[in-house]
Amino acid sequence: MHADPTGVLTGSHFMDGDHACCEGALAAGARFAAGYPITPSTEVVERFSQRAPKVGGTFIQMEDELAASITILGAVWGGVKAFTVTSGPGFSLMMEHIGYAVMTETPCVFINVQRGGPSTGLPTLPGQADMMQARWGSHGDYEIIALCPNSPQECFELTVKAFNLSEKYRLPVFVMLDEVVGHMTEKVVIPAADQIEVEPRHFTTKDPESFRLFQPCGEEQTPEMARAGDGYHLHVTGLTHDERGYPNMTPPMQDKLVKRLCTKIRDNVSKITITDQHEVEGADVVVVSYGITSRVAERAISLAKQKGIKVGSLRLITAWPFPDHVIKAIAPNVKGLVVPELNLGQMVREVERAAAGRCRVLHVPHAGGTVHDPQVILKAIQEVAR
Amino acid sequence: MAKGAVQIVVERCKACGFCVEFCPTHVLALSSAFNSQGYHPPHAVAPDKCSGCDLCGMFCPDFAIHGYRNAKPAKDADGAAEPPATGSKEETDNAR
Amino acid sequence: MSTETLPIIPPNPVEEFLRTDRMPHIWCPGCGIGTTVNCFVRALLGSKTDLTKLAVVSGIGCTGRVAGYVNLDSFHTTHGRAIPFATGLKLANPKMTVVVYSGDGDLFAIGGNHLIHAARRNLDLKVICVNNLIYAMTGGQTAPTTPGDVITSTAPYGTYDPAFNLPYLCEAAGAVYVARWTTFHVMQLAKSMREMFSKKGFGFIEILSPCPTLYQRRNKMGDGLDAMKFYKQVSKIKHGTPTAEVGLTKSGEIIVGKFVDRERPDYTSMMQEHFQQELGDKYIKVEEPVCS
Repeated sequence: MHADPTGVLTGSHFMDGDHACCEGALAAGARFAAGYPITPSTEVVERFSQRAPKVGGTFIQMEDELAASITILGAVWGGVKAFTVTSGPGFSLMMEHIGYAVMTETPCVFINVQRGGPSTGLPTLPGQADMMQARWGSHGDYEIIALCPNSPQECFELTVKAFNLSEKYRLPVFVMLDEVVGHMTEKVVIPAADQIEVEPRHFTTKDPESFRLFQPCGEEQTPEMARAGDGYHLHVTGLTHDERGYPNMTPPMQDKLVKRLCTKIRDNVSKITITDQHEVEGADVVVVSYGITSRVAERAISLAKQKGIKVGSLRLITAWPFPDHVIKAIAPNVKGLVVPELNLGQMVREVERAAAGRCRVLHVPHAGGTVHDPQVILKAIQEVAR
Repeated sequence: MAKGAVQIVVERCKACGFCVEFCPTHVLALSSAFNSQGYHPPHAVAPDKCSGCDLCGMFCPDFAIHGYRNAKPAKDADGAAEPPATGSKEETDNAR
Repeated sequence: MSTETLPIIPPNPVEEFLRTDRMPHIWCPGCGIGTTVNCFVRALLGSKTDLTKLAVVSGIGCTGRVAGYVNLDSFHTTHGRAIPFATGLKLANPKMTVVVYSGDGDLFAIGGNHLIHAARRNLDLKVICVNNLIYAMTGGQTAPTTPGDVITSTAPYGTYDPAFNLPYLCEAAGAVYVARWTTFHVMQLAKSMREMFSKKGFGFIEILSPCPTLYQRRNKMGDGLDAMKFYKQVSKIKHGTPTAEVGLTKSGEIIVGKFVDRERPDYTSMMQEHFQQELGDKYIKVEEPVCS
């Protein structure tokens, strides 16, 4: 389905990542956002607060991130596409409702413009240290999808993609950028509305008697959606529930429900995975990176090639679900993988796990606050290539 | 015939006693019977006093009882209406 | 001779509002929450509310379970966050009537911040707060409404910190309708709820209710029926009492009635008027949820 032109700012723009995320949300059909100011993400909702009244949308600045993260879920059940935006400390506050969104299969988008942590950390400087938190931050077993843009253009495109994936699989999807991508200003081309693919919400056409809000169906084994006010007498709860949504707090129901929530993603990893691979075939070393670090890595890779090293790059556009199958295919054929990231060891653990010892994995950590020096990544590439 | 009556869903009752206590005409008392959960549900001990006001239904936290007004008695086959109930407006008017 | 016909027993009006496949419910014998639901149903029947456009949003706790038992669009959300969820629901679909049905701990402890902001904004939400003066579901811990000298599971020697006066707090925060009743005052409570449903803005009704298993039992105050008799005995209907004066103690007078009924523009109206004024015909008002 194509985008609703009302929200699409077609044209060639010069805007930063935060602003581009907002435009992506609007293009995807988001008509509700709730947020709480937190550097370096605030511009996303500042722009939305300006655009919303002119496109039939609503913005409300809530009293904290706890409220914002569930206000959007209420809006989704009211029948609109909704999102919220935050950074580290706010992300921590949103964890309970991320779990609630997963459990109730509420399609929505959470945008995290990552900054230096932990705690108050570095509000105005980049980090990539919330990657594991996006995956494991809420309690209980669950799966999510996380996308990592590395440019304002990708902020636009991947925010649209995030909404599409959330509707397809009925779960919260994360856009994990960082302060540098959020605040860098680049050319952003927004196509005409009929050039933008948008996944519509899969509202059920069944009658209220036969419809089951949590009964999986279709290829993605995902239930159809509904909204309040249409006579369906919906019941939505965070308690372990059956297909009607009624609480059923027993081990067999737990097994059935929680496994289904996980398998709807685990069974579709190859469909969901998006990577950007260059010269991986025949490489001795592959640099695995995501977000802003991937742009620094480009420089290091080009320097390494000048030194005659056969180096390729694997950029994770979807960081979660982690593309095990991609690493498994590459690892046996290379001397090693170099994993630079703006943290002290997060996605590298997934790379190591998936590589399962078939090749060396060299981590290039960074506590955050600025981007890597390409020379440091180059040294790592050289180290592995030896 | 009493003005009203109660219907009791025995299995839902938890014998809290609200209906017994707050019935304005003391129609109810807890019975000596048990439901399957071991509670004594109420029963009407003075059913002719029931007005069908449904206060029991309003009070019951378990949705286990409600009161209803009985349908008014029908006219006789020869067309004469049943005499009005005591204290009705018509009687008062006729008495003037 | 008139023909005998079997009398038709009219059903309990509450039945069509219940998810009868989930009866009997989990509330204890003598708990007043079910009684409040009867009043809620009577209020709905007596009002002009379109029931397909009514949603019940609750939090966590014994009262939070109301959402699971009513046969309406119902949302059992997270602890303390029924009000922000309800805010999103109402703003996305302004035609919905959104009732928040939750307990004293859920709305005033963990949820306190959200309550005061929703009242400040005068969001068009109808808040029904069942106040059993305790955290019942989790086993009877002290709540911000527990009066002094009450034994709870986290105050084994009795409480010593002051309790909130809920009507006072709600009035101060900006609510346009504030009332308190007990589960004894079934007729007045239903009427009050009906009044609140027809009034735009942030409405709040506190309903004192027995918790026989924890509050009553631990404090040797008898059972649910004893609490109801206590309410009957010590409550005084005094409409319009200044809310500062309606605080509760363990065994003192309970002032009930309607305390606040005032006019303030509700959030959605203020927002829409403002944008209309500032943006003119560039403003696209939200009437219905639009979802591509």
